[in-house]
Amino acid sequence: MSAPLLEVRNLSRRFDVSKPWLNRVIERTDKVYLKAVDNVSFSINKGETLALVGESGSGKSTIARLIVGLLDPSEGEILFEGKSLSAGLQGAEARRLRRKFQMIFQDPFASLNARWRVSDIIAEPLKVFERGLSSLDRRRRVGELLELVGMSAEDGIKFPHQFSGGQRQRIAIARALASKPEFIVCDEPTSALDVSVQAQILNLMKDLQNEFGLTYLFISHDLSVVRHMANRIGVLYLGRLAEVAESKTLFLQPKHPYTRMLLDAVPDLEMTGRKRKRVEGEIPNPIDPPSGCAFHPRCPFIFDRCKAEIPALLENGISQTACHAVEERRI
Amino acid sequence: MTEPVLSVRNLTVEFPTRRGTLTAIDNISFDIAPGEVLGVVGESGAGKSMTSAAVIGLIEPPGRIAGGEIKLNGKRIDNLSEKETRKIRGKKIGVIFQDPLTSLNPLYRVSQQLIETIRTHLPLSEADARKRAISLLDEVGIPAAARRIDDYPHQFSGGMRQRVVIALALCAEPDLVIADEPTTALDVSVQAQIIEVMKKLCAERGAAIMLITHDMGVIAETADRVAVMYAGRIAEIGPVRDVIKDAKHPYTSGLMGSIPSLTSDLERLVQIPGSMPRLSAIPKGCAFNPRCPQVFDRCRVERPDPLDVGDRKVACWLYDDRKEQAA
Repeated sequence: MSAPLLEVRNLSRRFDVSKPWLNRVIERTDKVYLKAVDNVSFSINKGETLALVGESGSGKSTIARLIVGLLDPSEGEILFEGKSLSAGLQGAEARRLRRKFQMIFQDPFASLNARWRVSDIIAEPLKVFERGLSSLDRRRRVGELLELVGMSAEDGIKFPHQFSGGQRQRIAIARALASKPEFIVCDEPTSALDVSVQAQILNLMKDLQNEFGLTYLFISHDLSVVRHMANRIGVLYLGRLAEVAESKTLFLQPKHPYTRMLLDAVPDLEMTGRKRKRVEGEIPNPIDPPSGCAFHPRCPFIFDRCKAEIPALLENGISQTACHAVEERRI
Repeated sequence: MTEPVLSVRNLTVEFPTRRGTLTAIDNISFDIAPGEVLGVVGESGAGKSMTSAAVIGLIEPPGRIAGGEIKLNGKRIDNLSEKETRKIRGKKIGVIFQDPLTSLNPLYRVSQQLIETIRTHLPLSEADARKRAISLLDEVGIPAAARRIDDYPHQFSGGMRQRVVIALALCAEPDLVIADEPTTALDVSVQAQIIEVMKKLCAERGAAIMLITHDMGVIAETADRVAVMYAGRIAEIGPVRDVIKDAKHPYTSGLMGSIPSLTSDLERLVQIPGSMPRLSAIPKGCAFNPRCPQVFDRCRVERPDPLDVGDRKVACWLYDDRKEQAA
């Protein structure tokens, strides 16, 4: 097997959520940290789509921001083509690597500058990464990019507010493609869109992946979207990976009790009349997560070890799971 | 047939603007039977929430009901005064909004909000109202309700807050509950719980539900009948299984095809080209005609009325027997 394009090793990120210094002194409290991402490792091969799913507060978006460098990791390493991104990347090397990364954000109403024309928005990465380009060539490239995402070159003179949500997300995709990236982090790219528009954007993203051999890290809370887009899926719960599996395997043979619960909770559009198991409880407060396995208060297969020991992500034959019960072959 | 709880006939809602009148709801009719769950689906701008606003008399001026009538238990409610509407709202019609954080007042304890609502509509003493509030919170599945009732809304999690809102909507035993995107702000595992609670409690009380959502999955699990809305009109309305398994209107089938499936493997999703028209530019004839794969001449000229197709009504010329001669 070839070396992975992106590798994440033992990545953690803590946020300081303490009260102000004076309150801490008066109330004699310690600093409080929120572990948004806790010891997460995974790798993505070239040309594949890895999806991260999880409910709110599971650390999906934090991982996306850590990878593109919008946040710095507290611990752990991110390697792109075998080179570490966290070890103070500087100058030309940084620019060479960074241009291979792009990100598509969730809300196309917030991610495009409302005061810029669309052509300026798309041209900005070109100005940064391709300084030799003449303004005429740049304009031509912007036109090509707009057509690539199914819009017309004349749309460039308009402002973002003149477009619908789906069209704006196309503009965001065109901007992401401007620097000819190899790897795109997509943070809930369609969750602000209607289903029929979502279908258009998902189809477009798949077409672009086939055309340019792109690699996606696809973040979503919608299991059916993830199943449609991803080759492999990682399920996050309270900042830790609960399960990593091939897309099909995950849906046919979910192993981790949390994955099973999540799949059970998805509304059944096929109307098979399947009896669903009752879902119990909610995600606990991440500031004060449960001891041991974070899922143990909601888990139907709980036993003593789960309360005491954090399970490691281990191979189980068909996928990787972080569960003591699966490891001991009790479920 | 029993008399419907809610009966909407030829409802039209208009917004006069400087550039002419916009029709947000265009001549829609539907009924909800006692104890029935009617799902209303559609994409943003289809008029789902406007329909519910018209029913509860909360259309913001300059918007107004320009035609048609709304009947609750046989009595017209669309032409009542504000004072009379307020008596119905909360008492006869309970409402659950999308965001539980904005439908609860953050400055009042949950107990105060519940007791105030109960006492507005029912002749109970403070102590009795409190007892009732606690038993309601217990029923919607809030653990240790007697202790938590004096908490403020921010002390509850999102799912628990939505349970409080459900309790609030049900506290005067309404005949109709309007749930406007009740689970959109929630995670899937919590969504399943909320839907279950809502359905169970309304069934126990015999209350009808008008469930507004953009999520077909939620409709499939919950509703008895479904109305698919497009550009302020009802494209198709009928039993939920028929509509989902065998959509008749081209818009419904496009919508169903664009939802990624959890069981089948398709390389590409069905895609409806374009997007919903703006209210100021609704095309002549059938509103869906520029995006429709089966469009023919008549669709561009003449607006289709809902036609009976089996158990359902479909607003599409494809199902008119006379289409050949007209075309």
